Amino acid sequence: MPFDRRRFLIASGVTGGLAAAATAGVVSYRELHGGAAEEPLAGGGVLVVVTLYGGNDGLNMVIPVDDPAYRAARGELAYSADQALRLADGDGSALHPAMTGLRTLWDDHRLAIVRGVGYPKPDHSHFRSMAIWQTASPGTASTTGWLGRWLDAQAKAPSQGLAGAAGAAALRAISVGPTLAPLVVGATTAAAAVPTGPFAAPGGALGQELRHLYLPDPADGPLAARVASSGTDLFTVAGTLGPVLASRSDQDQAPAGQLDAGGGDASAAPATRPVTPSPAGLSPARSAPAAAAPTAAKAGELGEQLDVVAACIRAGVPTRVYSVNLGGFDTHTQEKATQARLLGELDAALTRFQAAVGGDPHGAAVTTMVYSEFGRRVAANANTGTDHGTAGPVLVLGSHVQGGCYGDAPSLTRLDDGDLKVTTDFRSVYATVLERVLGTDAGVVLGSQDAFPRLAFL
Amino acid sequence: MATARSDVAFLYRRAGFGARPAELDAAVAGGYESAVDALVGAEASAAASAGAAAGVEPPPSFDPLPRLTGAGGAGGDAETRATYARMAREQATQLTGWWLRRMVDTNDPFTEKLTFFWHGHFATSVTKVRDSSMMLAQNQIFRRCGVGPFDALTLAVAHDPAMLVWLDAGQNRKEHPNENFSRELMELFTLGIGNYTETDVREAARAFTGWRVDQTRTGFQLAARQHDDGSKTVLGKTGDLSGEDVVALVTHRPASARWVCSRLFSRYAAPVAPDANPAAGAMLAAYGSTLDVGAAVRAMLHTPAFLAARGKLVAQPVEYVVTVLRALGLRVTPPPAGAAADAPASITAGSGTVAQRVVLSTLSGLGQVPFQPPSVGGWPANGAWLTTASTQVRAKFASAAATAAELSVITDEPPAGRPDAVAHLLSLDGWTARTRAAMAGAGGNPVRLVALGLLSPEYLTA
Repeated sequence: MPFDRRRFLIASGVTGGLAAAATAGVVSYRELHGGAAEEPLAGGGVLVVVTLYGGNDGLNMVIPVDDPAYRAARGELAYSADQALRLADGDGSALHPAMTGLRTLWDDHRLAIVRGVGYPKPDHSHFRSMAIWQTASPGTASTTGWLGRWLDAQAKAPSQGLAGAAGAAALRAISVGPTLAPLVVGATTAAAAVPTGPFAAPGGALGQELRHLYLPDPADGPLAARVASSGTDLFTVAGTLGPVLASRSDQDQAPAGQLDAGGGDASAAPATRPVTPSPAGLSPARSAPAAAAPTAAKAGELGEQLDVVAACIRAGVPTRVYSVNLGGFDTHTQEKATQARLLGELDAALTRFQAAVGGDPHGAAVTTMVYSEFGRRVAANANTGTDHGTAGPVLVLGSHVQGGCYGDAPSLTRLDDGDLKVTTDFRSVYATVLERVLGTDAGVVLGSQDAFPRLAFL
Repeated sequence: MATARSDVAFLYRRAGFGARPAELDAAVAGGYESAVDALVGAEASAAASAGAAAGVEPPPSFDPLPRLTGAGGAGGDAETRATYARMAREQATQLTGWWLRRMVDTNDPFTEKLTFFWHGHFATSVTKVRDSSMMLAQNQIFRRCGVGPFDALTLAVAHDPAMLVWLDAGQNRKEHPNENFSRELMELFTLGIGNYTETDVREAARAFTGWRVDQTRTGFQLAARQHDDGSKTVLGKTGDLSGEDVVALVTHRPASARWVCSRLFSRYAAPVAPDANPAAGAMLAAYGSTLDVGAAVRAMLHTPAFLAARGKLVAQPVEYVVTVLRALGLRVTPPPAGAAADAPASITAGSGTVAQRVVLSTLSGLGQVPFQPPSVGGWPANGAWLTTASTQVRAKFASAAATAAELSVITDEPPAGRPDAVAHLLSLDGWTARTRAAMAGAGGNPVRLVALGLLSPEYLTA
């Protein structure tokens, strides 16, 4: 059964009640860029969240290749020690054969694998499980996303001196794609949605009139106010990102030009980084994987989304959180071919992204996190696939990441009704990235969190 | 302030795809009660059948797709697979264009709107089913059975090939039950989370073992050897339950009535949880023990809670696009025979037509293409449609539609009166001060005034 973020949107109730973000005025790209330069993401870095929809089979991504129970449970779905990519100092685990790029990152100590991640009382419904992961409020009916609550908290915090504070708010988080991922929808604020294709606000006379049309009006109900604020955000976001995205394919040839386009003053724009010749946007600073940076075609739909993110980061857009996703992991039948294709795309997209931002001045602060709503059952089913399970690995990568394994590997023999037992609460991962990437008090987002020890991957 | 006219206009927008000014005038004269009757009742059906006789576009008929043998449809030689893929794609486009034209042209908008509701409720996608004949057959079930008893509708949908393919009936065998249909039946179609247990899902899956598409690929059959006829216990009832028994069992649970009524209210009025539906009393009474969907909808339309839902729902992209096209009197033209699929479609000013391709690419950009829901959970609602990306696409479409429309009702007014003429055309009460100020900038330009009206916060949430 196909499953993606929009399916989750319905059941999680991320629908009404989204009050308007108080957004007024439009800031120029130069203001935003200036703000970012003065306060280069003070207090932390940039978080990129990759959601894998459908329930990725964690056991065939981070493979306990030495465990005889793995082969016994998986039969022909199992990968042999020869096929899987064994991880040096990896505690007997290996990566899926398609994940060659991530193995290189592992060797560079920039890939952390958090094992056995899940939440109490696992639920086998895609909806419920994804709702729990995205709201981080198990056992409650909360519909706000965990990063949405972070956005709400930022909106309440006093402006940090940035001239275009409202414009900056519109750009604080970006969800790539036409609909919003619930994890970046708060009670009063939400991420901007940015398409992967051309992105421009309407111009001409109609464009001018639309700017007026989307000013707030006291007669607006909450939903009409939301129409108005998202309309205003379009001008802010498109004004800033349109030129960045339009030029992302040739930005290496003209890094200054893409900055000028939004600022409107070409002569004064400084080049913020050296021109590099590689089409994939590689910088010499991290030259090791340069030759192997995967093509856009290989990185697929996720790669296209991450290309948008990389272009924004390299242009110094002051966005702190990006949400991207890849669907199709619900491998009830013929899992091997499907998962190999998807993990190959994931690997290529992440490797390409890391290569694009790794050597960039803004890119050093980027941390990427990859999760899915659940792993799959330990035993294969009768259709050479696997059914919905529980705990799974979370991947964390970036220049500042301390590579290695974190959390205990779940036992393949001491199971919970055929499922892996959770060894690490997902809120430990969230609390760690909130504090060490976003520089935020995790309590504001997660509430009481005594039970969620921070992890040492950052 | 609500007036009789604005109440009826709201009724037409939510229960249909809006009303043209003359249509609204006539309905207002008859009063709200008879407007509901006209939309929902026998009169609408009579009007529709008269329309059918008068030459409403008949559903497309499709050449059979080549058979692909082998597991997962992966068989066949490369040429056959390519032919299959091309035919499947073209047929899906043809089917989608047909339904959009039907929604735009119909004399029975209530039925088309309800058909669209059921499509979102029993969300099935051609991207997996592939066969447009199956998708059309399911669509006709929604149209034919959508106002009838819910148990009969659910069973018809469950037996229908599109759903059997969509939720993997072929893999649900006695020895290895597949829970996909059983889970979605309870979670999404009939009960909602919290009204069944994992055990109920597993036990019910056994009852659906052996359900198959028949040899003709157009009907249902039970593969007796794959069917588990042992004793099962579902929702407290034990016995050799068949799949049909399970459908009857789940649809007749009290929780199912609450679920169905809350889903209807959520899509027609304002999003609500099953236990917080403000129209539940009247709707449940009308739905009754016969599970009468039509009566429940009719009761909903008469509740104060329905009329109080103004401004609480963003029109879904399909609803928005169809409502705009109807309001502006625009027809959707099918692609000319032999035209390249990617030929650019231009907008001809005042032509009264919009190319199918423009409409489909708008819907694709807004994230809602009929017959392609993202998953069995259907489409999201409300705030999810209000994104920066969708604002961009909507603005482009509104400009194109306003350009293509014949706007003499606007140009016949003096410039100062044109904003009100646009409100009248779109059957809105009027504009906020903000929107009037924005329209003042258009200097009476009719195309821009109409585009602004179509993009205004008040129209999008009306």
